[in-house]
Amino acid sequence: MREVDSATMKIVVCVKQVPDSWAEKTLRPSDHTLDRESVDAVMNELDEYAVEEALRLQESQGGEVVVLSMGPSQATDTIRKALSMGADAGVHVVDDGLHGSDAVATSLALAKAIEAQGADLVIFGSESTDARMSVVPAMVAERLGLPQLTFSSSVSVEGGTVRTNRVTEYGYDVVEAPLPALVSVVEKINEPRYPSFKGIMAAKKKPVSTLDLAGLGIAPAEVGLGAAWSVVAEAAARPPKAKGTIVADDGAGGVAIADFLSAQKFI
Amino acid sequence: MAEVLVLVEHVDGTVKKVTYELLTLAARIGEPAAVFVGSGADAALPGLAEHGAATVYVADAPELTAHPVAPKAEVLATLVAERAPAAVLLASTAEGKEVGARLAIRSGSGIITDAVDVAADGTATQAVFGGSVIVQSKVATGTPIITVRTNSVAPQAAPAAGTRVDVAVELSAAAKAAKVVDRVEQAKGGRPDLAEAAVVVSGGRGVGGAEGFGVIEALADSLGAAVGASRAATDAGWYPHQFQVGQTGKTVAPQLYIANGISGAIQHRAGMQTSKTVVVVNKDPEAPIFELADFGVVGDLFTVVPQLTEEIGKRKG
Ligand SMILES: Cc1cc2nc3c(=O)[nH]c(=O)nc-3n(C[C@H](O)[C@H](O)[C@H](O)COP(=O)(O)OP(=O)(O)OC[C@H]3O[C@@H](n4cnc5c(N)ncnc54)[C@H](O)[C@@H]3O)c2cc1C
Ligand SMILES: Nc1ncnc2c1ncn2[C@@H]1O[C@H](COP(=O)(O)O)[C@@H](O)[C@H]1O
Repeated sequence: MREVDSATMKIVVCVKQVPDSWAEKTLRPSDHTLDRESVDAVMNELDEYAVEEALRLQESQGGEVVVLSMGPSQATDTIRKALSMGADAGVHVVDDGLHGSDAVATSLALAKAIEAQGADLVIFGSESTDARMSVVPAMVAERLGLPQLTFSSSVSVEGGTVRTNRVTEYGYDVVEAPLPALVSVVEKINEPRYPSFKGIMAAKKKPVSTLDLAGLGIAPAEVGLGAAWSVVAEAAARPPKAKGTIVADDGAGGVAIADFLSAQKFI
Repeated sequence: MAEVLVLVEHVDGTVKKVTYELLTLAARIGEPAAVFVGSGADAALPGLAEHGAATVYVADAPELTAHPVAPKAEVLATLVAERAPAAVLLASTAEGKEVGARLAIRSGSGIITDAVDVAADGTATQAVFGGSVIVQSKVATGTPIITVRTNSVAPQAAPAAGTRVDVAVELSAAAKAAKVVDRVEQAKGGRPDLAEAAVVVSGGRGVGGAEGFGVIEALADSLGAAVGASRAATDAGWYPHQFQVGQTGKTVAPQLYIANGISGAIQHRAGMQTSKTVVVVNKDPEAPIFELADFGVVGDLFTVVPQLTEEIGKRKG
């Protein structure tokens, strides 16, 4: 295990660009992949908390924050946003061969890129708002053999040990591991900062390197739509829900609901 | 007939209902076999057998629960390698999905999360983008790993042998690297588990404060329901965070969801959209939550909800 000096700690934050979660999303009829062109793309909101947490750790301990994103060319906007919040450098994994990658392939590309960076701490969001799987962090941890401290509502690093509160069904678990380690954070953990004007200007000069499949040492057959380990066979818009009965409260609104619940056999 | 492994969700041997739902789905594909990790298996055996488990694999060693996620994935990976099951089903909880994720990588298998139905050939139905699109997916590589949402199917009694088979698993060093050093339980009261409840009554910003949740709880108790809250309510500290429903809270799919003083932001809907029946109380007729309502009342929740609670009390005698 590598000795980690917190002043030189290297934090890699994984951020994904996603369609704006307020926008209507559709699947491309041709290959059932998400139509990413027709909607505004933004940084996955849940990854803003990951960036914020990385910056807070850096502010308290020193070290370097590198943001990593895999996505089409416009994903650089998301990397720039993280840089304007304060991250030091960006790595963009981009290759046409990655289109249609499932979580398994995404985790492969991210794992290779993280390995190349030599990260001491990797921070993820808890879920991407488009795929909504919450599996990529665990997959990357498994691939890299890193201790997994996911769904954290608090993170602290001291003397080469990371300690988190892992949100559970019943409360939380306190989890500890030696660095290097992998963390994902939940949205309760902090309040992400807005990029300042100075931050936005500074971000323009920060380095963003790109990596393609060859650079990562990944064979084209291992990723992309053709390599997906799970496939969408059919997609259809959900039949619109039959319009419900809406009544104005005339003083007996509660009784009206009770009548409905009785008719539906809930009471 | 090939086995279908089901990871048991339990607390010290008290099995969660979702496990019985998974066993019911597993029987469509092959022979259900439960996988129990942790202590308390003896208490769990009868219920698992009753719901169709021909075999119950038990892995009970202290180190299996001393580390998060990875040990369960390694127990399952060992069984997948030895037993070559037709599929592995897990609950679509935060932990279930992560166990499935690690198992997918370890066993070289595809994974489908948040299924709401599974067919005999392993095709899974998912409701994506907050329920607006329904997709049918299939795992194309390895052993299908499918995580299924609670309340997707009614659990059925299907008595089977439930033969206990103890398994010993040697954990990898990586699985032991993260340690659980403390477990903190936050009170949940006497109400049913939010994720599993058949009826959920929730409150949002319209409830106005912590005291306001009194009327929500009273309605919930009259129906034997769980209480939920919107993020606006949990962020304001009116109700504890673990009761948040939505994208970054719990996903619920009860028979009945009653939303009170909740506007129906997309992030809230993402967590309750597949509820079977939705009732709404909101004073703003334009609130988007009404789009989901089977029955809605435009009115003040502080008059409508107590009246409803009282009326339920009368009718239940
Ligand atoms: C990354 C991210 C994740 C999020 N995750 C979640 C999540 O998991 N869950 C979640 O819920 N939200 C989530 N949100 C927040 C979401 O966008 C909304 O802000 C939130 O759901 C609003 O809560 P609300 O409906 O209670 O409040 P509001 O939108 O303020 O609505 C309150 C409603 O109460 C009504 N009302 C007021 N007084 C009364 C009264 N006396 N009687 C009847 N009706 C009344 C009003 O008409 C209004 O419709 C998330 C947001 C982000 C950015
Ligand atoms: N393409 C990607 N590039 C960078 N990070 C990603 C990507 N996809 C997923 N992630 C990270 O993995 C987390 C969980 O994503 P998911 O498993 O898709 O819900 C996200 O919050 C991100 O931190």
